[in-house]
Amino acid sequence: MSGMHGTETTAGPIEGPVPPEATSATGEAGSNPQAMAAVVAAVEAALPPDAVVSDHIRLRTYECDGLAHYRVTPALVVLPETTEQLAAVVRACSDHGVPFVARGSGTGLSGGALPRADGVLVVTSRMRTIHEIRPEDQRAVVDPGVINLDVTHAAGPKGYYYAPDPSSQQICSIGGNLAENSGGAHCLKYGFTTNHVLGAEFVTPQGDVVQLGGMAPDSPGYDLLGAVVGSEGTLGIATRTIVKLTRLPQEVRTVLAGFASTDDAGAATSAIIGAGIVPAAIEMMDALAIEAAEAATHCDYPAGAGAVLVIELDGAAVEVEHEFAQVERICQEHHAFATRVATDPAERALIWKGRKSAFAAVGRISPDYIVQDGVIPRTALPGVLRSIAELSESSGVRVANVFHAGDGNLHPLVLFDDAVEGAAEAAEAVSGAILDLCISHGGSITGEHGVGIDKAAYMPKMFSDEDLDTMQLVRCAFDPDGVANPGKVFPTPRLCGEVPGKKKGAPHPLVAAGKATAF
Amino acid sequence: MTTLDVDLAAARTALSAACGEVADAGPADAVDGVTPALVARPGSTPEVAEVLRAAAAHRLAVVPRGRGTKLTWGRPPERADLVVDLSRMDAVLDHAAGDLIVEAQAGTTLAEVQRTVAGAGQRLALDETVPGGSVGGTLATNASGPGRVAFGTARDLLIGVTVVRADGVVAKAGGRVVKNVAGYDLGKLVIGSFGTLAVVTEAVFRLHPLPAARSVVSAPFERPEEAQRLVQAVLQAQVVPSAVEVSWRPGGTGTVSVLLEGIEAGVEGRTATTRQLLGEASSAAAGLPEDWAALPWAGRPGRPTALKATFALSGLARVLETARAVAADTGLDLDLRGSAGAGVLHGALAADADPAAVARVVERLRAECTDVGGALVVLDAAPEVAAAVDTWGPVPALDLMRRVKERFDPERRLAPGRFVGGI
Ligand SMILES: Cc1cc2nc3c(=O)[nH]c(=O)nc-3n(C[C@H](O)[C@H](O)[C@H](O)COP(=O)(O)OP(=O)(O)OC[C@H]3O[C@@H](n4cnc5c(N)ncnc54)[C@H](O)[C@@H]3O)c2cc1C
Ligand SMILES: Cc1cc2nc3c(=O)[nH]c(=O)nc-3n(C[C@H](O)[C@H](O)[C@H](O)COP(=O)(O)OP(=O)(O)OC[C@H]3O[C@@H](n4cnc5c(N)ncnc54)[C@H](O)[C@@H]3O)c2cc1C
Repeated sequence: MSGMHGTETTAGPIEGPVPPEATSATGEAGSNPQAMAAVVAAVEAALPPDAVVSDHIRLRTYECDGLAHYRVTPALVVLPETTEQLAAVVRACSDHGVPFVARGSGTGLSGGALPRADGVLVVTSRMRTIHEIRPEDQRAVVDPGVINLDVTHAAGPKGYYYAPDPSSQQICSIGGNLAENSGGAHCLKYGFTTNHVLGAEFVTPQGDVVQLGGMAPDSPGYDLLGAVVGSEGTLGIATRTIVKLTRLPQEVRTVLAGFASTDDAGAATSAIIGAGIVPAAIEMMDALAIEAAEAATHCDYPAGAGAVLVIELDGAAVEVEHEFAQVERICQEHHAFATRVATDPAERALIWKGRKSAFAAVGRISPDYIVQDGVIPRTALPGVLRSIAELSESSGVRVANVFHAGDGNLHPLVLFDDAVEGAAEAAEAVSGAILDLCISHGGSITGEHGVGIDKAAYMPKMFSDEDLDTMQLVRCAFDPDGVANPGKVFPTPRLCGEVPGKKKGAPHPLVAAGKATAF
Repeated sequence: MTTLDVDLAAARTALSAACGEVADAGPADAVDGVTPALVARPGSTPEVAEVLRAAAAHRLAVVPRGRGTKLTWGRPPERADLVVDLSRMDAVLDHAAGDLIVEAQAGTTLAEVQRTVAGAGQRLALDETVPGGSVGGTLATNASGPGRVAFGTARDLLIGVTVVRADGVVAKAGGRVVKNVAGYDLGKLVIGSFGTLAVVTEAVFRLHPLPAARSVVSAPFERPEEAQRLVQAVLQAQVVPSAVEVSWRPGGTGTVSVLLEGIEAGVEGRTATTRQLLGEASSAAAGLPEDWAALPWAGRPGRPTALKATFALSGLARVLETARAVAADTGLDLDLRGSAGAGVLHGALAADADPAAVARVVERLRAECTDVGGALVVLDAAPEVAAAVDTWGPVPALDLMRRVKERFDPERRLAPGRFVGGI
């Protein structure tokens, strides 16, 4: 379950309640000590001594990602400094059938970087070189462990920035962004990670290093990079990555508007989009989320608001001015009772501070909470928000809503107190019901946080067996032995078989045991 | 060219049971010189599935066809027993204007999609480079035009896709919402796959608002460095161009054209700024010229050689210079045109050009493009030329691509041989 205790960095001693069905997905069911010993020997030969961690206390510091409810201590942690070292680790894993899990900064919210008890955690935090900033090509070449915001900082003096901006951008890595196809507030206008990653050096699950995409667009052949982005580390590990840099806009305007209700704010959002405006961002927070943000950051949002919208416009000055006037008018028509316009970067930062720290801020008003990440068509927003309110009322579970209203990506924060018996289960039930709402409105179970281990079980609600089987054909092409982050994304592993199209005689032991399907 | 172990009579019966419209193929159904035995025209995704199941049972090699505007592109298939024609699947299934999405069947023409969404002041930001092309064909060939500078290509606009695999299994990926990271993005794999992975039957795209005003600012250039200087001046400014095009016949005078879109007052101001950037010789015109998105070989007689060159943006001058040099050396008339602002140029050579000379152009341009981070592909060529050149050139990660193909189509029955590395 997607529980977070206060802040996502709590590293308390509580062993996470990993559900029994997940133990095969986390490798706790059993490991192969001989294979692991062989991997350790190979890794120690290829990496500097301080890049290999096998001390139990230190291993424990890697036991979870941003989804602290699931914890598994990895058998081994490695911190390679180069692609060659990283490939050597993967090759050793492949040779000995040992699973490996990539980890960037460990901020993921779906347990994608949850280690395997029988596997190796490959951490990219020592691969943090920004190799090139090339304004004339509108590209940057960076290592996978480079922090998202550092790319923007490096490109800024040249008049450029890296557009995808997850709220975690001060700590999350480019490799993690690539693997999750991360979004951010400004993705409404500029697109997601997949629209900004153009090439990557890539270590296959066999430990081979290949180049996917490049400096130029439309590389001949299948768009393998397009499949790798968002694959959550299940197809291999991206190393040196080529990203697109975006020219800084001439003008940026940020406005904060307070509304009596989420209905009004939702209707204003639809009207803005309906007017043919594509804002850089439209974010919404409801009363409970505002209360939390206020308590944590004193962001000075309008008192008594049932909802606020943060709307940002950017681009050429004349257009921004014109659209800004339209946005102000539309907000007024939808009964905005307070609007505040940022006229300088400091004011803009203050408006965004409340929004960007919203997840952590909820810790101020509730000891525990679940961060949900569903998507609905934008026009369904008012109805779905009302249904969420009803769910909350009937269950007595409080839900704070913070979300990317422009693209219908909801982040309901389901609040609970784990000290109260049954509260976690009640929260989990509400969280699941919200996902069902998203699916029934033709939406998605995740807009940016990924499936990981957390939502694998929900995949069949969104996709048919055939859909999932077809996706796993890609998995089988890249990773027939299933060593790259196994147990994530897909509820049931597909057995790949040696030769495509030919069935083997005896059933695989997992099939026999009913733990896998062989389509 | 039919495979020997195919029992056509039985296959025909099975196909007719799967789909009402099955006919013998005629010469017009040939796929780049390869004449299939049969053509099926299914009317729905389930019918396509039935057809492909029947084709699988009878081991038929299958080539999907949209509107047949560019079936000759890519390599000829090694064999083709059945053409699956999607032109009956021509419905725009849903236009959710408030959500800025459109869902269409694969055989729908791009023009029809545009007509439907324009009613709500919206557009699918994909240029129609070849008149009459279908949604499926556009995806399968990853066609793009000038607008890619602002809006990207099909990979940036496709949000959901339904495909039918070689074994007749129907699969969906993505969905109907713009933001969605559940599962692998199969749409990306299908885009540009030339019908070799699966048959696309339905697609969902995100839409953009139509602009109120447009203007095109153009300036002449003589030398490659000049072209690069002008293109860079626009890219490094903050005029937010929707397109930055270059057209040039080496030796002659070329043109850099910049498309500006937006509200009237904004476009006016940016037009003035862009004219300053492009210099005194520049001029501006409202609206789009007739042949704005046309490819350089459009309207040429016979079967001209069609090239696609890609490069890092700063490599433009080098690519143009090499084009000039090799055109001079071979005496061929090379016509270049494309989205220099995105690192793409298309090139045309006359249908009757000497194959050996064309091969030299391909070789030299390919070396230069590769050196500046890109590639050169021969999209289309007369058979004698195709025989003299390497269509796709070197392709990194080819082994992984083969592995993907093997999983999707282990019997190699979908458009075999059309794609990179003989896939
Ligand atoms: C407070 C907070 C706010 C957040 N806000 C947002 C937001 O606004 N938008 C958003 O999209 N996400 C958000 N996230 C989620 C998270 O930050 C993103 O998913 C981020 O991209 C993860 O990056 P990471 O470096 O921490 O990756 P990790 O958590 O270390 O790993 C994530 C996944 O990527 C894989 N991986 C890591 N590196 C590589 C590599 N080099 N090659 C292949 N696979 C790799 C891992 O195996 C794992 O499956 C937020 C998280 C927090 C804690
Ligand atoms: C090889 C090639 C490359 C091209 N590259 C460019 C380019 O870079 N820039 C540009 O502007 N224009 C390009 N075009 C032109 C443009 O793609 C076509 O004009 C048009 O979009 C094709 O539409 P159509 O319906 O006529 O397709 P057709 O000519 O019928 O088919 C074209 C190709 O797509 C496949 N195909 C068609 N429908 C489906 C389907 N539903 N599912 C799976 N496969 C299908 C066919 O098998 C065939 O390989 C290219 C065309 C081709 C064939």
